[in-house]
Amino acid sequence: MNNNSNWQWDTFFDAFPVVLEGLGITLGLTIATYLFALIFGFVWTLFSAIRIKPIRWLLRWVMEFIRSTPPLVQLFFIFYAWPMVPVVGFALDPFSSAILGLGIHFSTYIGEVYRSGIESVDNGQWEAARALNFSTGDKWMRIILPQAIPPTIPMLGNYLIIMFKEIPLASTIGVAGILNLANSYGSANFRYLEPLTIVAILFLVLSYPSAILINRLERKVNRRFDKKETSGSKPIKEEKEGAAS
Amino acid sequence: MQGLRITIEVLIGSIILGYLMAFIAGFCRLSKNPIIKYLTIFYVEVFRGTSLIVQLFWLYYALPILFGIDLGSDYMAGVLAIALNYGAYMSEIVRGSILSVAKGQTEAATALNMSSFQRMRLVIFPQAVRMMLPEFGNYLIQMLKATSLVSLIGMNDILYYGDILRSSNLSQAPTVYFLVLIFYFIMALPLIWLTKKMEAASKKGVAS
Repeated sequence: MNNNSNWQWDTFFDAFPVVLEGLGITLGLTIATYLFALIFGFVWTLFSAIRIKPIRWLLRWVMEFIRSTPPLVQLFFIFYAWPMVPVVGFALDPFSSAILGLGIHFSTYIGEVYRSGIESVDNGQWEAARALNFSTGDKWMRIILPQAIPPTIPMLGNYLIIMFKEIPLASTIGVAGILNLANSYGSANFRYLEPLTIVAILFLVLSYPSAILINRLERKVNRRFDKKETSGSKPIKEEKEGAAS
Repeated sequence: MQGLRITIEVLIGSIILGYLMAFIAGFCRLSKNPIIKYLTIFYVEVFRGTSLIVQLFWLYYALPILFGIDLGSDYMAGVLAIALNYGAYMSEIVRGSILSVAKGQTEAATALNMSSFQRMRLVIFPQAVRMMLPEFGNYLIQMLKATSLVSLIGMNDILYYGDILRSSNLSQAPTVYFLVLIFYFIMALPLIWLTKKMEAASKKGVAS
């Protein structure tokens, strides 16, 4: 094999279709994981409404635990260790373990986004709903949620991009996404440079435009919903919400 | 678990280098020189737009081939990848904080006949740092999580030893990985505490 040290275009074009094949899986996995996280994040939000102190306290710590330990280890846990757990354990294929592992990890963040959305609804709105004798269902469906959801949309979009960038972790347990294919191409041909560069380019091409899009969305939403908040500290606050991955 | 030392070493290395990168890139981005500015924008966008694991592999496998640069060790590759990645993210915070210091402060400093360097060092920067603190705390935990990736390029960190233990005794896998998670959590606890502390420090004495 050719071991010389420079960039080779024929390797690049040779590897490109191979790596591109994994794009479908990477994107599919991203969307599946994202949906899972969106739904499961809702569960966390519901949990945080539990009134019983010890349970709530316990759940907080579970959430903190999931958040502050590496997703990679969680992925390994689910893929390698879960089948060995007595009684409840069962084997999962790489794809679903990736959905589960990364989905649970990110759902803790998503849950926090939901919570911040609900909390951002002005207190007066709750009181007004009560004063107008709305039922619980009506209160949520007609007053709180319509106001709580729009501000969270850009944040959720940010998380989609962040998750997309974490999805290659799944290649470590054998999901044939772009990184995995690039690595196997590299080990088969002793050329890592080109396939890995292709992966990097693909990520950049996909995530950069969507990041710009979300930025624009964010500005639009802010213009509509944050009329009262005009203090200088606001942009910082937004970054904080969006930046955690 | 001997892996603990490597993880902590990588973490400390990345933290130092990452913050350094953040400040350098943050300031360069505000520079008036278009070459420096656009180079920095390019750097930040590239590292923010691709995923850390890809960068890590790229630095480890591709860089030596492309430029013949040998990073010396996997330690350097790991620390560099993490630091460059999070440095890019944090440079945005540095930039945002500096920009959000009220304009009147700059004008006041100019009125006091300070040089632009003095202005930055004595007036703007101390105020900006305070705004950066809570964010920086968050990124500490992010970086801790990111260190687990270095096992993928063959460094003997906690996860690596966990993997070895698992492969020698398959039925112990749940215990092993759970222990690894616990280790990470224990390491994260002081960082979480520090983050809270930093948040409190940044709020102190500010009329909100």
